[in-house]
Amino acid sequence: MSIHVENIAKRFGRFVALDHVTLDFPTGELVGLLGPSGCGKTTLLRIIAGLESADGGQVLLDGENASDAHVRERQVGFVFQHYALFRHMTVFDNVAFGLRVKPRGQRPAADRIRQRVAELLDLVQLSALANRYPTQLSGGQRQRIALARALAVEPRVLLLDEPFGALDAKVRKELRRWLRTLHDALHITSIFVTHDQEEALEVSDRVVVMNHGHVEQVDAPEQVYEHPATPFVYDFLGAVNLFHGRVHGHHLHVGADHLPVGQHSFATGAEALGCVRPHELEIATDPSEPAGIEARVERVLSFGSTSRVELTGADRDVRRYYEVELSRERIAGLQLAAGQVVRLKPVRVRLFASSQAVEASV
Amino acid sequence: MSAGAARVLPGFPLALGYTLVYLSLIVLVPLSAVFLKSATQGWESFWVAISTPRVVASYQLTYGVSLLAAAINAVFGLIFAWVLVRYTFPGKRIVDALVDLPFALPTAVAGIALTAIYAGNGWLGQWLQPLGIKVAFTPLGILVALIFIGLPFVVRTVQPVLEDLSTELEEAAASLGADRWQTFHRVVLPPVLPALLTGFALAFARAVGEYGSVIFIAGNVPMVSEITPLLIITKLEQFDYPGATAIAAVMLVTSFILLFMINGLQAWANRSHGGG
Repeated sequence: MSIHVENIAKRFGRFVALDHVTLDFPTGELVGLLGPSGCGKTTLLRIIAGLESADGGQVLLDGENASDAHVRERQVGFVFQHYALFRHMTVFDNVAFGLRVKPRGQRPAADRIRQRVAELLDLVQLSALANRYPTQLSGGQRQRIALARALAVEPRVLLLDEPFGALDAKVRKELRRWLRTLHDALHITSIFVTHDQEEALEVSDRVVVMNHGHVEQVDAPEQVYEHPATPFVYDFLGAVNLFHGRVHGHHLHVGADHLPVGQHSFATGAEALGCVRPHELEIATDPSEPAGIEARVERVLSFGSTSRVELTGADRDVRRYYEVELSRERIAGLQLAAGQVVRLKPVRVRLFASSQAVEASV
Repeated sequence: MSAGAARVLPGFPLALGYTLVYLSLIVLVPLSAVFLKSATQGWESFWVAISTPRVVASYQLTYGVSLLAAAINAVFGLIFAWVLVRYTFPGKRIVDALVDLPFALPTAVAGIALTAIYAGNGWLGQWLQPLGIKVAFTPLGILVALIFIGLPFVVRTVQPVLEDLSTELEEAAASLGADRWQTFHRVVLPPVLPALLTGFALAFARAVGEYGSVIFIAGNVPMVSEITPLLIITKLEQFDYPGATAIAAVMLVTSFILLFMINGLQAWANRSHGGG
């Protein structure tokens, strides 16, 4: 079933949580709502579910206006960050809950319920735990039970609010993969909220990046990462080096230095912001090199498959901070020492108008 | 058993000893004095003292009205606590503080105030009287007084448990299709039930022992609105100590049995709803 939200606005007192958001969630897709805390992503999810009411705008489920429908009537499965399992019920009773509260006419017979719950527990691979209580389960197991409980009523859409937010890193990774395979098997239209960019990029078919109640970009994960639409998205989806300067021809002038920027549509003299990912920067050890930004090596961090070099401005200006990612072989070849002055040369620069200021995301 | 060898918490013998001595001094010794004193008379006069129609009528009144008051408090106290936990409204903190007032108010003051309001010429009484409802000087008046003094027990025991109960549980139930009633009795009530029973037991125990507020509003008509504690006082004033302690002993045993039963109910509620 498709979901369409039209012009949704929501305020909490003077705080604008959602500023006229319009979005489309096509049938069968798994969409990640990504953004820093307070960006309105959870509020949007709760409005779609009917747990929160919007100040303005519409929620269309399958083309029908559901704005005034109660959460009971919307047939949405909702999974909470902190599981919200009924702790006085066994795992079995938790999963069976949605079936047992159906009106008498629609309620399946007891053995049909038992069969259905068994199927669902099978699906989430926790059949052995049917008679346990939620407090006897690990966090990952609880979240899988919560998911089975939501799926029991055959919801038209599945909404997950930071489903892995309360879990440790290893379990998180495991559950991500598991959620993806589960979605591939069920193909139920799903939206999940997260502030973890890696999670959003890895799991979703499409990513919606939000900030301050606005939608910044809606795209496939690779697109969002490779071609961020705004400096915010650039910054939020991984590390980025920022260069404030003025455009002159094919160069961005930053202080006394200049960077080659290639093709662009900026007028000469316009203020611009250059964004460069750490792996898109090269280090030249010869300071007499004409192009590139002068910088001073602070630290070289070598672990994992790549090495990271942290640098500051050549004039020891700590407000200017750069990060470069290089292969270990390359680092070994460069023989960098702390305090050494080098030049940074970008392989690729993306220019944004300076007015699109980058909001700190961390 | 290697007593103490593996114990992490210190001071077990001292703490337990202190507890037992304290309990004996404060509770057990006075209570056994009641039984000893009542045993000084013969079995026959004991039986007479506790089984005259006037005394039996007072038992029925005291326990009947106390149970009813505690039950009413359980229902409305739960709603009260619910409102205080779940909603914000202007003056909420004042309302929250007012709940404790029956704790702090001298019970005689409460009794006089209630009597003044519910008497035939009182603020509320003058409107109720024409409708044929007499509150002051009837068992109904006792009920009103006992509800008044018992309310905070239920509110204060249920409130923290409701605060711990995440609203997400109710949202989850609603998203699974449960209506309000199903959400209440399947999701909210079970975890709250043990605390509610505790509040009920406390309100009941308090009501059974209540004296000050009741004697003003009850009118103390023998066989109709005379409570057992008042009978005990009456007998004491007539220097009938064995008679007074005999009735006291009956009250003690009855209250103990009732509280024991409520405790059992609570243990059951904990077991079946506490979930491991």
